[in-house]
Amino acid sequence: MTGRRPACAIARACRFALGLTASIAIAVAHAQEISVQHIHADERAAAVKFMKENPGTKIDFRVVSFQSLLESLPVQLASGEGPDISMVADWGGLSRYYLDIRPYLTAAQAAYFEREFGPILAPMRGGDTKSNAIYGMAGAVTLNGAFVNLTLFRQAHVELPPPGATWDDWAAAARKVAKATHTEMPMEMDRSAHRFASLALSYGAQLVDDQGRFVVDEGLKTAVAKFVGWHRDGTMPMDLWGAVGGTTHLDRFSDFMNGKVVFYFGGSWSLFLMDKTVGDNFDWKVVDAPCGTAGCVVMPGGGAMVGFRHTKHPRLVARYLAFLAREDNMREALARHANIPAAATIVKTGAQYPNDSERVRAALAAFTRQMPNVPERAYAFQGWRFQRAALNALTTRISQILTNELDIDTALAFVKKDVDLAIRASSY
Amino acid sequence: MGSGDRGVRRWVPWLFLAPNLAIIAVFSLLPVLVNVMYSVTGSDNLWPSERPFVGFENFSTLLECGNYFDPATCSRDLFWRAVGNAIVFVPTQVAVMIGFALVTAIALNRNIRARGFFRGVFFFPVMLSPVVVAMTWLWVLQRDGALNGVLGALGFEQVTWLTDPSRAFRWSVFVTVWAHMGFYTIILLAGLQSIPADIYEAAKMDRASPWRVFTRITLPMLKPVLLVVFILAVIRSVQTFDEIYVLTGGGPGTATKMIVHYIFDTGFAVMPRNYGLAAAASLILGAALFVFTALQMRLSRGGGNA
Repeated sequence: MTGRRPACAIARACRFALGLTASIAIAVAHAQEISVQHIHADERAAAVKFMKENPGTKIDFRVVSFQSLLESLPVQLASGEGPDISMVADWGGLSRYYLDIRPYLTAAQAAYFEREFGPILAPMRGGDTKSNAIYGMAGAVTLNGAFVNLTLFRQAHVELPPPGATWDDWAAAARKVAKATHTEMPMEMDRSAHRFASLALSYGAQLVDDQGRFVVDEGLKTAVAKFVGWHRDGTMPMDLWGAVGGTTHLDRFSDFMNGKVVFYFGGSWSLFLMDKTVGDNFDWKVVDAPCGTAGCVVMPGGGAMVGFRHTKHPRLVARYLAFLAREDNMREALARHANIPAAATIVKTGAQYPNDSERVRAALAAFTRQMPNVPERAYAFQGWRFQRAALNALTTRISQILTNELDIDTALAFVKKDVDLAIRASSY
Repeated sequence: MGSGDRGVRRWVPWLFLAPNLAIIAVFSLLPVLVNVMYSVTGSDNLWPSERPFVGFENFSTLLECGNYFDPATCSRDLFWRAVGNAIVFVPTQVAVMIGFALVTAIALNRNIRARGFFRGVFFFPVMLSPVVVAMTWLWVLQRDGALNGVLGALGFEQVTWLTDPSRAFRWSVFVTVWAHMGFYTIILLAGLQSIPADIYEAAKMDRASPWRVFTRITLPMLKPVLLVVFILAVIRSVQTFDEIYVLTGGGPGTATKMIVHYIFDTGFAVMPRNYGLAAAASLILGAALFVFTALQMRLSRGGGNA
């Protein structure tokens, strides 16, 4: 008898284990799982919060590099693979793979998306003006912007150009400061045509027309001529745009952080690094966008979160994107990364950055002030399906002008030809 | 021996070759066929079924040119600039590399002190990843790099090593020679060691001068090995990409842009991807290399030494 008791107990335990395994298997089979990729590991917090609020769902959160978004994601999507949701930097370029979540949203939710993300939804449609699709959201944007070394200005006894100052005013002031303080370089700009586009738009360049074609106009020519002139007269060094070729992205923000340049045109994403690295070594600030003859424009950018058509769980994708678009979640994300808000309500009411220094908050306020001034044509260019082709061509060809391989007119004719070829190659 | 035995004997070598042939078929021949397919189809779609046939359009786009000596008149000027760079880069780099590799191999073949150590030193860069090689030299050559640091400390002015097109080109040659010379040195060293010592002893007894020994014994005996080294070096040189991509990105302007760099940019770096044009460019490059190698083999066979 004593021998049978343990046997019964083992049999009961086995039955229990089998039952438990079966019920777990059933639960797993019923649980919906989607994969989400982002470049910031701490965005996992949003995924965890979503799973807590939505029992039975699973978010497979993956951290990838920014380069992977640009180079690997398009190939993955072209082969029908890739995550269900991803951050995308090329808002309109991948629009043919996006999932329209409008059918999965309530009317109130759809209206909320349109109200909060209006200027961003259009570029995500890749230039399709007839579409009313909702492909995703962006709680934060990045903006191009100018960083200025205030300490050098003080040492040189040169007045800071006031808001509304032109690019030429800034170049002249930076030259004066560099000369007086023996600073190596007056001005620098990332080797990125996205940054150059801010200058071009300020001088009236249209860049892309209503038919989705690249435009070479007087505004663009003026901007290129000014930019080349600054390299010729030593206002800008050759180390960025003149040092490498092709589409290579290059920044030398370290020059600004080491006090080697008076004026640096980069982007809002450098704020955190700037604050952490420079600290109290010198005073700096983000100034209002330098102006051209057509305005004081800075290009928007950054990552939008979108869902993809190949997903097996479109409802869950829509639910997750709606969750990310909730005001409380956007505010939490903004505080995590010291980002510029994109949603209309938060732009109006302001975001709080409890973890950041006074300097960073002031810089973010300066960036946020410029948000309403970002013109429609900047968003149109940002969302244009062939924006990447235009940026690549501009970067390559401007460098060729700087090294005297091409003159301005020939170079811009090649930019147009490069973009036209890209459009033709993808129009079969 | 029966006819059955002969049949078996005929198939046995193929049986042993089969695994290797299968690997070559899958990883060499199939990609070439896929490349051909991409070169005659258009669109930025990746799936072959979604790519319409466009005939030789990609080839004609690449080859369309007003004047081949002036890339600015060509439809795809960057391709022709890369071709022009390769025409200067390949002979320069191959000549410098084989020259240095031969001198180094001869030196390392002599009974010098710490010969093993020096053999290791010269081979060491070959073991490094090309990206590491390029990053190391970038660190040396950039504006505030090590070389300018040394020059500054010695009271000299800083030099823009990589922002001047001709300097950047020369440094590209130097860095690629530095990175690959060790490999060819080892091959040439093996060739030198295979030359029988008694020939040198006979020449010594005949009081032949060192130069005569080199030109009449060493070089002729080394010719088959030199041919292999030459062909390998030319192919490697035409395919140069990684080091220069990291070091200069093909710049300043297009001063160091190479053909493989153009193919990479066209097919993988720019949006939308132009796989068809990239495939056409790589086929043209492959065909040029094939013709060159065949010609070289034929010429050397004509000499009766290969």
